[in-house]
Amino acid sequence: MAAAPHSSVDQFILETRGLTKQFKGFVAVSNVDLRVRRGEIHALIGPNGAGKTTFFNLLTRFLTPDGGQILYCGEDITLARPAELARRGIVRSFQMSAVFPHLTVLENVRIALQRRLSSTFHFWKPASSLAVLDARARELLAQVDLAGFAHTRAVELPYGRKRALELATTLAMAPKLMLLDEPTQGMAHEDVDRVTALIRQAAAERTVLMVEHNMQVVARIADTITVLQRGKVIASGRYAEVARDPQVMEAYMGSAEAALAGAPA
Amino acid sequence: MRAAAIGYLLLGLLALALPWVGLYPVFLMKLLCFAMFACAYNLLLGFGRMLSFGHAAFFGFAAYVTSWLITAHRVGPAAAVLSGMLVAALLGTIFGGLAIRRRGIYFAMITLALGQLVYFVCLEAPFTGGENGLQGVPRGTLLGLLPLRSDRVMYYLVLAIFVAVFLFIRRVVHSPYGHVLRAIRENEARAISLGYDINRYKLLAFILSAALAGLAGSLNSLVLGFATLSDVQQSTSGEVILMTLLGGTGTFFGPVVGAALVVSLQEYLSDLVGGWVTAIIGVIFVACVLSFRRGIIGELAALRRR
Ligand SMILES: Nc1ncnc2c1ncn2[C@@H]1O[C@H](COP(=O)(O)OP(=O)(O)OP(=O)(O)O)[C@@H](O)[C@H]1O
Ligand SMILES: [Mg+2]
Repeated sequence: MAAAPHSSVDQFILETRGLTKQFKGFVAVSNVDLRVRRGEIHALIGPNGAGKTTFFNLLTRFLTPDGGQILYCGEDITLARPAELARRGIVRSFQMSAVFPHLTVLENVRIALQRRLSSTFHFWKPASSLAVLDARARELLAQVDLAGFAHTRAVELPYGRKRALELATTLAMAPKLMLLDEPTQGMAHEDVDRVTALIRQAAAERTVLMVEHNMQVVARIADTITVLQRGKVIASGRYAEVARDPQVMEAYMGSAEAALAGAPA
Repeated sequence: MRAAAIGYLLLGLLALALPWVGLYPVFLMKLLCFAMFACAYNLLLGFGRMLSFGHAAFFGFAAYVTSWLITAHRVGPAAAVLSGMLVAALLGTIFGGLAIRRRGIYFAMITLALGQLVYFVCLEAPFTGGENGLQGVPRGTLLGLLPLRSDRVMYYLVLAIFVAVFLFIRRVVHSPYGHVLRAIRENEARAISLGYDINRYKLLAFILSAALAGLAGSLNSLVLGFATLSDVQQSTSGEVILMTLLGGTGTFFGPVVGAALVVSLQEYLSDLVGGWVTAIIGVIFVACVLSFRRGIIGELAALRRR
């Protein structure tokens, strides 16, 4: 954690104030105040339909909020454009795995690296001019254990590998704040462990805000937890505090022991 | 890869020999111009996944610009064709800029409406010759050196330009830009989340496609010696879609095959059955789309992969 932060800007990389989103009168995200501490892994949990993905979409401006404010590194980004936010360091993954299916694994990662070359509009250059990125791309693939799949088309990867590729692509952006929407969803046990370790490793240099249903994962790596229900924050704090919150037990977990002690999600 | 190279080489030789085996050079040139048009269209539809219903506007308007510059201002053929292409690119910037804000069917509708607008301009504007179009456009002398009156000379010029356009499109698709365009085609949301302003990349594809469509139209008018309303008509926009789909979108050679098929059918059937040719091509089209969705070249490629 940062040593003796002076202001809240130093302390919190992201802050929302009264963030609200409605869909035809149905309030999906309701007046959410959330602060994400720099350098932490912050988990966002809540039952299906709680508004977690919608909240992510608001943060990354894939949706426009109906009210409230978003501050990133102290700056108001409520009206920024999504691609611009990605360039400023907020990079998200998607709940449904998001790879470029007919590009090879290596090309997938390279797309994320390519923007640095400032040749992304150069339609007259040969693709071989992208080879300078291959070394870095392979490094990232090795990190997620995909080194052997560099020339496989992404569509042919098994599900867990696709998610790993997605993570490598996200990491290639060198994000300051990484937003992960259920990164372990639908994965086999070994994959979950691998991805969890990877997120922890990635979080050493950056902040992570993640939606996660798997309580074992949350318990293992999250510093702070926020619980969302019907669009509202019902609890937020350290894992141990939130786990004891009676409202959380009742509303979300049903039984605190069962869920928070690490029953399968 | 090796097989493809040999295939292209043989095709190239065939193309060089064609005017000497009894095929009309003018017919071949028309075919090449439409093949170029279809390749340009395919850059947008196949590689950018944008469905335009108004591409005749670029093809036809460029034809008018070229013909007008030559007949009214005695501009040389090279400058006239380049100007046609440039105007088409400009038109593409405007059309693209407006249409790209929308997706799917709305995108298509905007291009359709703008295409109709250009048609009316060509019908009503003082310099387009109204219903008659611009007739009697001389081919002139290329850069003051090469007279183009001979059909064979003109044929080789058109062939050279066609080959250049074909290779150019391959390069675009395999360029750093082409990779980004492919990523956008595959998953827009993901491309945005990687920091790409996708509309700017799509706009560039639109402009390139419009410029090449314009080049095709300009050349076509130079070959035939006239520019008429049929070049800007809605049905021409439909034809280029048909050619592209028939041959195979997103393949390099598909649009060429599609164009060759449609232009040949039109040429030979119109003598036999007159106005029925449109209906016959329509039926063939429906049959093809129903039985092989990927188009001729697309299906062949899929067979080979198996
Ligand atoms: N584009 C939309 N239009 C209308 N309603 C929507 C839209 N997107 C989400 N919703 C609704 O908003 C609510 C919150 O959805 P959201 O996807 O944010 O939930 P979630 O917490 O991510 O759930 P899950 O755990 O299932 O992923 C749901 O009731 C959903 O039906
Ligand atoms: Mg969700």
